[in-house]
Amino acid sequence: MRHIISILMENEAGALSRVAGLFSARGYNIESLTVAPTEDVSLSRLTLVTRGSEEIIEQIIKQLNKLVDVVRLIDLSEGAHIEREMMMIKVSAKGKSRDEYKRLTDIFRGKIIDVTPSSYTIELTGTGDKIDAFVSSIEETNIIEVVRTGISGIARGDRSLVL
Amino acid sequence: MELSGGEIVIQFLKDEGVEFVFGYPGGSVLHIYDAIYRQEHVQHILVRHEQAATHAADGYARATGKPGVVLVTSGPGATNAVTGIATAFLDSIPMVVITGQVPTPVIGSDAFQEVDAVGITRPCVKHNFLVKNIDDLAITLKKAFYLASTGRPGPVVVDIPKDMTEPKIKIAYEYPKKVEIRSYNPVIKGHPGQNRKAADLIVSAKRPMIYSGGGVVLAEASKELTEFTQKLNYPITNTLMGLGSYPATDKQNLGMLGMHGTYEANMAMHECDVLIAIGARFDDRVTGKLSEFCPTAKIVHIDIDPASISKNVKVDVPIVGDVKIVLKELLKLLVEKKKQIDQEALKKWWLQIADWRAKDCLAYDKTSDLIKPQNVIEMLSEVTKHNAYVTSDVGQHQMWAAQYYKFNKPNRWINSGGLGTMGFGLPAAMGVQLAYPKETVACVTGEGSIQMCIQELSTCLQYHLPIKIINLNNRYLGMVRQWQEFSYEGRYSMSYMEALPDFMKLAEAYGHVGMNIEKPGDIEGALQEAFALKDRLVFMNFVTDQAENVYPMIEAGKAHNDMRMSGVRELA
Ligand SMILES: Cc1cc2nc3c(=O)[nH]c(=O)nc-3n(C[C@H](O)[C@H](O)[C@H](O)COP(=O)(O)OP(=O)(O)OC[C@H]3O[C@@H](n4cnc5c(N)ncnc54)[C@H](O)[C@@H]3O)c2cc1C
Ligand SMILES: Cc1ncc(C[n+]2csc(CCOP(=O)(O)OP(=O)(O)O)c2C)c(N)n1
Ligand SMILES: [Mg+2]
Repeated sequence: MRHIISILMENEAGALSRVAGLFSARGYNIESLTVAPTEDVSLSRLTLVTRGSEEIIEQIIKQLNKLVDVVRLIDLSEGAHIEREMMMIKVSAKGKSRDEYKRLTDIFRGKIIDVTPSSYTIELTGTGDKIDAFVSSIEETNIIEVVRTGISGIARGDRSLVL
Repeated sequence: MELSGGEIVIQFLKDEGVEFVFGYPGGSVLHIYDAIYRQEHVQHILVRHEQAATHAADGYARATGKPGVVLVTSGPGATNAVTGIATAFLDSIPMVVITGQVPTPVIGSDAFQEVDAVGITRPCVKHNFLVKNIDDLAITLKKAFYLASTGRPGPVVVDIPKDMTEPKIKIAYEYPKKVEIRSYNPVIKGHPGQNRKAADLIVSAKRPMIYSGGGVVLAEASKELTEFTQKLNYPITNTLMGLGSYPATDKQNLGMLGMHGTYEANMAMHECDVLIAIGARFDDRVTGKLSEFCPTAKIVHIDIDPASISKNVKVDVPIVGDVKIVLKELLKLLVEKKKQIDQEALKKWWLQIADWRAKDCLAYDKTSDLIKPQNVIEMLSEVTKHNAYVTSDVGQHQMWAAQYYKFNKPNRWINSGGLGTMGFGLPAAMGVQLAYPKETVACVTGEGSIQMCIQELSTCLQYHLPIKIINLNNRYLGMVRQWQEFSYEGRYSMSYMEALPDFMKLAEAYGHVGMNIEKPGDIEGALQEAFALKDRLVFMNFVTDQAENVYPMIEAGKAHNDMRMSGVRELA
């Protein structure tokens, strides 16, 4: 099962490597990881996507909670939540494909943010699935470069991750 | 008080009540060593290798329950300390390790004796710190002691760059009496609902079993465990780390369980219907084959670390909390509920256990002309009235010490269980002897292990530590040889110890008393003689039967009811 774990941690040098080190030392996998400071400068918020059986996820959460730099965390996948990822993709766009990519971008509600005679750079935000779908609808040979931020997420409604 | 950083470190240690610092000087800690020189409150013990500093601090902590303190220099000082830090980490021992670091302006420049101590130790500490501001020095040290000694204890490293201890820079110092860490709040009290559920399950048992571990020693809950066990009249087994937390000579005690546990303890684990796990972590040496672990049991598990619970074995009633507090709560609940226990079933269970016991699984050949290591330990236990502090190294001798010494009190059996660090025994004994100068301290070791920290014989002379070293010299890395006998058709690859030193002369060269014992008839007399030398270190070299194996044994990947038992045999 895929889980999105969101963590509030001390905004200190080394905190990120403790989290990353935990995953590599214990053989857990990380699909993506994003981190940035929050409105409270003493805290950063880290979102990571991982996969594992229920037992593994339970251990991951317990081990994360054990890290002294981890202040609080939440498994977003346990309830209703919103996930978003941003991608910028540079595609080779010549002749007929220019129109095609423009249309595709509209369908996915993306934006073309840079244009040259032979390429488009498209910005797209959405769930991981949506972004995957967009990428796979472009012929591989036309993809010049892909950059994805990794998933971040927030719980719906009353549930939230605050101190 | 206006102090320099170096002075703050030492003043803080004094204010924290630290008696001993185990360490070794070097460039980046010279300012701190200068502060040590100018005071008399904190005693510095100069070891001969930084690994020994960590083991000595660790031994001190295991014997006293107080955090052990280490001071080493940057670079090689820090890397030499890593083995001891990892040893303490795996056994959850409270320890604070101060490492010197190169000055902050040159960190990251591959400066002389620079290593990333925080990075290197990160996976084997409870937490670690790099001090980047002298104003943070005292509070960081306070945090380190607080983290090391509360919750599930463990080692904490504080890396201090040299410029933080500069003598010319003085700042106001006040001892931080208290500290709070917002992200760190260990759960101490068991959840009342869980306590009740546990009590109900406990009294419903027809074939109960108590399995207790190092957590009882760490929680100083041996009294509560004993009361709990005796009120219920249930059988109990201890892990290697839990030995002594329930008296070994009591009839309810089935001895150690696991790979080299007793037949009765392992069989009772296999057949029990309710297992009460107390401060134990279901280690693989204990569980054997997981899919056949306690196949018919419902399990209660008390542990302060939620991550220990349902890690290897799924449990039915988890209680997160401190063993001492939870046991007190359970004892209250049991006053009433105890009446529900099916005494008939319990009687039958005890009869079954008596059958298993009758196998006498720890019997060994007492007619041999060779010294049997088991015999040495039995005699050691007698001669020291089951009351010594016994440290050990790692190998067969460690298992024999665990099986044949009758530990009746906690904190007396001091060994590296989780990491299994050869070289631990002698330095750990130094820490214990310093903590308790009047007590009897014995170090059970092997000719392989003792050579990993033998240089500490010099430290022992300097500080007059009258440790008694029991070297079970089988001329083999015996534990390795045993595995090779069982699993590699006797291909003894690199397990024979050639070119051994004359240990008696070696001890004498270091200024101690050496003894060679070669005949079974001499064991007791030699021990009496050695322990009578109250103020001398005695190195007793017992030349033992090379072919002896540790039994019973559950080979890797086998279940509790699948034990290999002893039989008289010769080494091929
Ligand atoms: C050669 C060799 C052979 C070995 N063979 C065996 C063997 O046959 N049998 C055996 O048992 N071991 C054996 N071991 C040791 C084994 O590797 C483990 O170290 C040991 O089994 C772990 O003991 P434990 O479960 O008591 O846990 P410990 O490592 O002592 O852990 C303590 C547990 O208690 C918890 N705890 C700590 N403080 C508290 C508190 N205040 N309140 C509540 N809980 C607390 C901790 O969170 C942890 O889960 C062997 C080791 C070696 C080197
Ligand atoms: C530092 C270290 N290296 C290697 C091992 C693997 N090992 C475990 S027991 C053992 C043999 C120990 O030999 P000795 O000290 O003579 O004890 P014996 O088993 O003969 O009683 C070895 C090599 C270890 N535990 N620790
Ligand atoms: Mg040996």
